[in-house]
Amino acid sequence: MWNKNKRLISNLIFVGALLLTLVCIELFAPPTSMWFSVLRKVCTFSLAAVSMNLLNGFTGLFSLGQAGFMLLGAYTYAILTIPVEMRSNVFRNYGDSVINFQMPLVPALILAGLIAAFFAFLIGLPVLRLKSDYLAIATLGFAEIVRGLVQLQNFGPVTNGPDPINMFTAPKNIMAYVAISGISILIIILIINSTYGRAFKAIRDDEIAAEAMGINLAHHKRLSFIISSFFCGVSGAMMAMCNTSVSSVSFTSAMTYQILLVVVIGGIGSVSGSIIAAFIFYASSEWWLKFLDLETFTASGSKVPLLGPGFRMVVFSVLIMIIVLFFRKGIMGTREISVYDGLMKIRSLFKGKQAVKEEK
Amino acid sequence: MAKNILHVENLTMQFGGVVAVDNLTMDVNEGEIVALIGPNGAGKTTAFNAITGVYEPTNGAVSFNGVQIIENHPQGKMKKLYAGKNADKYKHAMTKTPDELTKLGMARTFQNIRLFKSMTVFENVLTAKHLRRTSNIFTATLKLNHKEEMRMRAETDELLKLVDLYDVREEIATGLPYGKQRKLEIARALATDPTLLLLDEPAAGMNPQETQELTKFIHYIREKFSLTILLIEHHMNLVMDISDRIYVIDFGEEIAEGVPAQIQSNQKVIDAYLGVSEDE
Repeated sequence: MWNKNKRLISNLIFVGALLLTLVCIELFAPPTSMWFSVLRKVCTFSLAAVSMNLLNGFTGLFSLGQAGFMLLGAYTYAILTIPVEMRSNVFRNYGDSVINFQMPLVPALILAGLIAAFFAFLIGLPVLRLKSDYLAIATLGFAEIVRGLVQLQNFGPVTNGPDPINMFTAPKNIMAYVAISGISILIIILIINSTYGRAFKAIRDDEIAAEAMGINLAHHKRLSFIISSFFCGVSGAMMAMCNTSVSSVSFTSAMTYQILLVVVIGGIGSVSGSIIAAFIFYASSEWWLKFLDLETFTASGSKVPLLGPGFRMVVFSVLIMIIVLFFRKGIMGTREISVYDGLMKIRSLFKGKQAVKEEK
Repeated sequence: MAKNILHVENLTMQFGGVVAVDNLTMDVNEGEIVALIGPNGAGKTTAFNAITGVYEPTNGAVSFNGVQIIENHPQGKMKKLYAGKNADKYKHAMTKTPDELTKLGMARTFQNIRLFKSMTVFENVLTAKHLRRTSNIFTATLKLNHKEEMRMRAETDELLKLVDLYDVREEIATGLPYGKQRKLEIARALATDPTLLLLDEPAAGMNPQETQELTKFIHYIREKFSLTILLIEHHMNLVMDISDRIYVIDFGEEIAEGVPAQIQSNQKVIDAYLGVSEDE
C-alpha cells in the first residue's frame, strides 16, 4: 500500500513538472519556435492514439475507423463554431449554412465527441460481430464511406461539400490543447482502471473465458467502441483547431495508419507509451529530422551527399524499424510509466543490486 | 428427494451429418457430484458446451433450477439432415448466452486452461466479480462505486485465502505452476457465486499426487460453498472417488448411469473403454 502511494505521488510530481515545463515553453519560447506546432500536434495525436489503444490494446478489437470518427468530430466542431457573421462567407458556394448559431468551444467539443460516438453506436451493432482482420476492414470501409459522404454536393449547406471549412474558433495557446487532451486521457485512464476496464482486458485476453465469467461480450465491446470513438471525435476536433481549416481530404486511411504506428511504437496496451510515442513520432518527423530535407553545403562548397527532399522519410522509416526491432512490444510494452520504479532502477545501478534488495 | 438443479432432456448436437451428442438425458440434484465420462471423442465436451450456451443444441431442452434455459428443435437446413430422435417434440427455440447462464448461477472451467493471461491472480478473480456489479460505466469511471469496489476486493482476497492462493496474488496468472492454474480457474469460477459448478477435465495433465489433492479440494469447495458439481473426467481414480453418480456416454449416446460401483461392473462400459473384438 505504501509503495503504491509512493508511486502515485512521484507520478503526480512528474506530471506537475511536465505541466510546469509546458507553461515555461508557452511563456518564454519565441513565437516562431517549432515547439508550438509540434506540441499542438502531439496533444492531438496523443489523444487519438490513447483512444485507439483503448479499443485495440485494451479491448483487443482491431479497428481502423479512427480517421472516420476524427473526421466526424472535426466537421462537427468546425461547423458549430464558425461565427454567425462569417457563415455566408465560408459557405458561399451553397448560399448559406443551414446552421445559424455559434456554439462555445467546450460544448462544441463534447458534441463533436457525441456525434462520433453516435455513429459508432450505429455501426457497432453489425460491425462488432466481426473479428480481427474482418473488423479492421469493415471499420476502414466505414471511414472511407464517411469521407466520401461528406464531400457530396447534396450535403453542401451543412458540410460545405468538398470545399474546406475555415474561420472557426481555434485557440492558439498550447495550454488549451494540453487541457483538452489531458482531461480526456485522464478519463480514459479512470475507465481502464475501473471494473469495466478489467472486463475489457478480460475480453482481450480470452473472449470465451470472459463470456463464461459473465461478461456480456456484445455490450462491453460496443461500450469500448463508443467510448473510443467519442475521444476520437474529440481528437478530430483538436486536429481541426491545429490546422485552422478542415477538409475531408486530410482524413485518409494513411492518418489511421500513422496513429496505429504511434500505438504500436508506444506499446499496445500502454497509455503512457502512446503519449511518449506520439511525442517522439511528431517531434522527429516534423522538427528534429527536418534538416534532412534541406540541401546542405559544406564550408568548401560541396553538397552533403544524400541530403535532399524526401530523405527525411527514409531516415524516419529506418528509425521506426530500429525501434520495432529492439523494442518488440513497443517502448513501454503493456507497462505504464512509473517514476518511482525508474528512480529505484537508477539507484540500484549505482549501489549494486544487492544493497537495494537488502533495504527492502 | 433432493431438489433438481440441472435437467437435460433429449439433448442432441449435430454438426452437418455428424451426431456428436445423441439424445442425452440427465439430471443433477442439489449437492451432488455427478461425473460425465466416456472414451475420447464420445461427445462429453460437446455436451458440456451445449449445456453452458457455447453451442446451440440441434434438439432438446435444458432447465436449470426449475427454469428452462435452453430449448431448440432442428431448423432450416438441419431439418432435412437431422438424424436424431424426438425431432418434433420441441416447439420453441431459445438459448441463453454463456454470460446470462453465469449470471443465473452456472459457472464453468475449461479443458485447456483459459486464464486472463496478462492479469495477476488477484485481477483474474476480481474480474469475475464484474457481473455482480451495481455500478454503470459513469459511476465506475468517477469512482462513485468505491464502496462496491472495496467490497469486491475484500471478497476476492477472502476467496484467495480460502483456496490457498493468497500468497501468489500479485503474480501473473500464467506464470503459476500447472496445478495452481487449475485451482485458480476454479477459484475464478467460484467468484461468480455459482450454485452449479461445471468442471471440464479438472485433472487433465496432473500427476497422481496432484489428482489426490484435487479430489480433496473439490470436496472442500462443495462443502464450503454448498455447490452442486458436474464434471467431465478421464482419471478413473478421481471419478470413482469423488462422484455420487456417473453418466457414461459413447459415440454421443448414453450407455450407462449409476453409482460408481455399478459403473465399474457394467459390461457395456468396459466394452466401450477396452473395445470389443468383432468375432465375439
